[in-house]
Amino acid sequence: MIPAAFDYKRASSAAEAISLVSQYGSDAKFLAGGHSLLPLMKLRLAQPAMLIDIGRVKDLSYIKDAGNHIAIGALTRHMDVETSKVLHEHAPLLSHAAGHVGDAQVRHRGTIGGSIAHADPASDLPATTLALGATYVVQGPKGQREIAAANFYKGFLESDLAADEMLVEIRVPKMQGAGWSFQKFNRRAQDWAIVGVAAWRRKGEAGVALVNMGSTPILATSVAGAIAKGASISDAAAMASNEADPQSDLNASTEYRKHLASVLVRRALEAASK
Amino acid sequence: MTITENKPTSIIGTRLLRREDPPLLTGEAKFTNDLNIPGALHLAVLRSPFAHARIKSINVSAALKIAGVVAVYTGKDLQSTWAAPMPCAWPVTADMKNPPHFPLASDKVNYVGDGVAAVLATNETASRDALDAIDVEYEPLQAVVDLEDALSDKNVIHKDLGTNKSYTWPLLVEETPGCVEEAFKKAKYKVKERYVQQRLIPMAMEPRAIAAVPQPFGGDITLYSATQIPHILKVMTALTLGIPEQQVRVVAPSVGGGFGSKLDVYAEELLCMALARKHNTPVRWVEERSENAQATIQGRGQIQEIELAADEKGKITAVRVRIVGDMGAYLQLVTPGVPLLGAFLYAGVYDIPKAYDFSCTSVFTNLTPTDAYRGAGRPEATYAIEMAIEALAREMKIDPFELRKRNYIKKEQFPYTAFSGLTYDSGDHLLAAEKAATLTDLAGVRAQQKKQNVPGATKLLGVGMSSYFEMCGLAPSRVLASLNYSAGGWEAATVRVLPTNKVQVITGTSPHGQGHETSWAMIASEKLGVAPEDVDVLHSDTAISALGLDTYGSRSLPVGGVAIALACDKVIEKAKLIAAHQLECAAEDLQFVGGTFSVKGSPDRALPLAAIAFGAFTAHNLPDGCEPNLEAQVSYDPPNFSWPFGTHMCVVEVDTETGAVKILKYIAVDDCGNQINPLIVEGQVHGGVVQGIAQALFEEAVYDSDGNLKTSTLAEYLVPAASDVPAITTGHTITPSPTNQLGVKGIGEAGTIGAAPTVMTAIIDALSSLGVTSMAMPASPQTVWKTIQEATRGGKK
Repeated sequence: MIPAAFDYKRASSAAEAISLVSQYGSDAKFLAGGHSLLPLMKLRLAQPAMLIDIGRVKDLSYIKDAGNHIAIGALTRHMDVETSKVLHEHAPLLSHAAGHVGDAQVRHRGTIGGSIAHADPASDLPATTLALGATYVVQGPKGQREIAAANFYKGFLESDLAADEMLVEIRVPKMQGAGWSFQKFNRRAQDWAIVGVAAWRRKGEAGVALVNMGSTPILATSVAGAIAKGASISDAAAMASNEADPQSDLNASTEYRKHLASVLVRRALEAASK
Repeated sequence: MTITENKPTSIIGTRLLRREDPPLLTGEAKFTNDLNIPGALHLAVLRSPFAHARIKSINVSAALKIAGVVAVYTGKDLQSTWAAPMPCAWPVTADMKNPPHFPLASDKVNYVGDGVAAVLATNETASRDALDAIDVEYEPLQAVVDLEDALSDKNVIHKDLGTNKSYTWPLLVEETPGCVEEAFKKAKYKVKERYVQQRLIPMAMEPRAIAAVPQPFGGDITLYSATQIPHILKVMTALTLGIPEQQVRVVAPSVGGGFGSKLDVYAEELLCMALARKHNTPVRWVEERSENAQATIQGRGQIQEIELAADEKGKITAVRVRIVGDMGAYLQLVTPGVPLLGAFLYAGVYDIPKAYDFSCTSVFTNLTPTDAYRGAGRPEATYAIEMAIEALAREMKIDPFELRKRNYIKKEQFPYTAFSGLTYDSGDHLLAAEKAATLTDLAGVRAQQKKQNVPGATKLLGVGMSSYFEMCGLAPSRVLASLNYSAGGWEAATVRVLPTNKVQVITGTSPHGQGHETSWAMIASEKLGVAPEDVDVLHSDTAISALGLDTYGSRSLPVGGVAIALACDKVIEKAKLIAAHQLECAAEDLQFVGGTFSVKGSPDRALPLAAIAFGAFTAHNLPDGCEPNLEAQVSYDPPNFSWPFGTHMCVVEVDTETGAVKILKYIAVDDCGNQINPLIVEGQVHGGVVQGIAQALFEEAVYDSDGNLKTSTLAEYLVPAASDVPAITTGHTITPSPTNQLGVKGIGEAGTIGAAPTVMTAIIDALSSLGVTSMAMPASPQTVWKTIQEATRGGKK
């Protein structure tokens, strides 16, 4: 559990972090809460030569009502997302999902931006923000740009973030009273989901995203499309895996994962329709 | 001065808080890796990434160039260091095959994790970096992973042995020759079941840690180790390293759990000692978590076949058992003996005639060696008989509890001489089972089950139970001799009353979480009439506690605790002679109550133990021939095992759509005889039950067909946390053991023994309407779902 040797710099602003990462290039990794990166380093599966600690960058930890959406600073800890009154009111699906990330220690250290930037398909918040149609704001040497969550995830632990870019804000549209449900299926409370479902529904409209059903978080557009066309919940849920390409692992075969996805999507939509 | 005639309130049986907990909870307890040892070199072990491979070459030159690296040794470099191979203390048969096993492999590696090279460095980081810099060329060989594959001998791991079979150990008990076969022929009902006991990783919270410190002025060496067995380790390391035993001292500082995994003599202990002597400097090592999963022994690993024959009433008339045991790549300290510890228990708590046919064949595989793991052989046996009796009940279409009642050994039959010749000391199985049923509200749950488990329901209720016996308190030395075990089963204790009436208890038991300091102080307090806080318990250092056989097999209380009581009796006997001398009366006329001797009938003629202790110290006025000081030593060999028992029940709800199992209620009724401290008993039951639930639902050391461990981190190896297990309701009955003066039995393994079959029988019960009659462990959601799919596809369509 001893990482390979690395250098360490601490950034005090987003601009400084970006200038540092531009300088060190692909040898560098941002360190936020550290709950994804450090375990990989301790197992020597990740061996970055330079860690740029953004944990003390000021002003990136906030949750603000910005009119149509809620703006969440990338360094906001899961615990703050979980307990935010603003999110409880306007994006309860997200705060609820944040309460299911890891365990209490992880939620006190891990950040929403770290989780999204890590782009782990098994993490709860990438899929949840995807279901909610969030927009991610990233900052690079040339300034900021916005990326729709639906365009952000490119592959296993790969995103649209350039090596010299940093995620700074997550913008979540207000749910406006939509029904919602987060279904996390796992064997131990602290584990990643074997399959997870984040779903919301407002009359003929629905958004559904899947956790751990492929190399990226999956937007289940077939399900949402079927609901929009007036299909029954169970008919729509049968299409849960249309966009997915789930892997086999110790906990679940591909077949079992697809089965779970349809059961959980059905349960999620039923709960969201109440 | 007045002496109350009333017996003072007993401290035995009270829920005294554990004195161990404040230092553990505040982080003040010192574990081996917390010891500050200036100048110590750090050991790191390079481990084989192949389950089976020839070592063609090892190049250490790059590793030696890393700053801080002092030396790198290969197996060949150290071959002349060892006076003997690593020890196996349990040659169960005269012809048992035992391949030579050294701390580092030289020519061939036999499991993933087998040590290949040892690095010494001035700091831990350099030692770890050096491992990445060692270049080993391997020639991979076909790995033997599957037990039946091993049995076939198509691919023999240890060529010199000519076979993968280590031994076959039979136990055939027949009233008349051939009566087992006859019973099966005549049986009205028969069942034949096959179970797989998956491999489990003990995962003690503290991984192993070692520091070997040569003493600067003299030839001796101190080994600090996170071990359960400092005394056995002292003998074994002395023999293996060829060091005169009196020059070895072994200390076990605070030890964070063992569950059998620290009941061993490990390569790293020998490496640290050998290299500390070679370099004449302290050498230390601490295990990484994934290393712990691969290089510390694993538990279970058996395929069991059990057959029951029964008459028309369901009375069991014969039991036949065939076991294949997975030894792993080598025999560790007691590896081959583990199945034998269960061999006597496949008839469970049931009254069966002398018609018992058991045989175990154990084989080598290219996997981590197995050894004793909480329960060691007995959970496996209990699982088999309890699952099989449920199968018999299904066959007979009767209630499994009713079938058990027809077969329980009855209260009035105790002490009960079993088919095996062993005597079960005391028991009341029906009482414990009925208490469990009451706490479960069995009738209410069955009614609810009828309502809930209707066709089409997706949340099915099930009730499970198991009644168990545990053969523990290892053990009468003569019985161990008959099983070919290389040591005895006694325990030593010294009780010393200091001049100021404070007491030192020195025990040969070696706690690693069990709360011995609290419990042993309570025993001495009760006996001597001193406050428990005036009793200090010394242990786990062979320089202080010279004699002992350590802690495993639920032996510490029924052997070590009883030894303390006996030593207290000896102290009291001596003190009584001094009191009689000073009070000028006959010793027979004295009574000892509440820490004071007084003349029966004249309570004002009295002398407190405090005065006698001081008098024994000054030695100014002792009877003729009486030695100064108040101290007694006892080595106690128990006349019998202790036989705790009980019944566990649980209620589960199975989600048939996902396969998820939720335990709604868990009831444990255990009987360990008299309880010294019920708080500690409950803690042992809770932990044990959780480990049993873990085997039933969560844990499995999963290997691929090449022998790679797929569950080497805590992300994949699913040790359940508090949030994943139910609240446990503990009840108990008290049936004192007649074999020792405290009336106690062991409780350390009971929970683990009871829990796995309880959960598994509940799951099968829940799914019985779907045609499910068996379920593999661990019953993961996927396994449960697939089993349901197969049952419903196969049967009902």
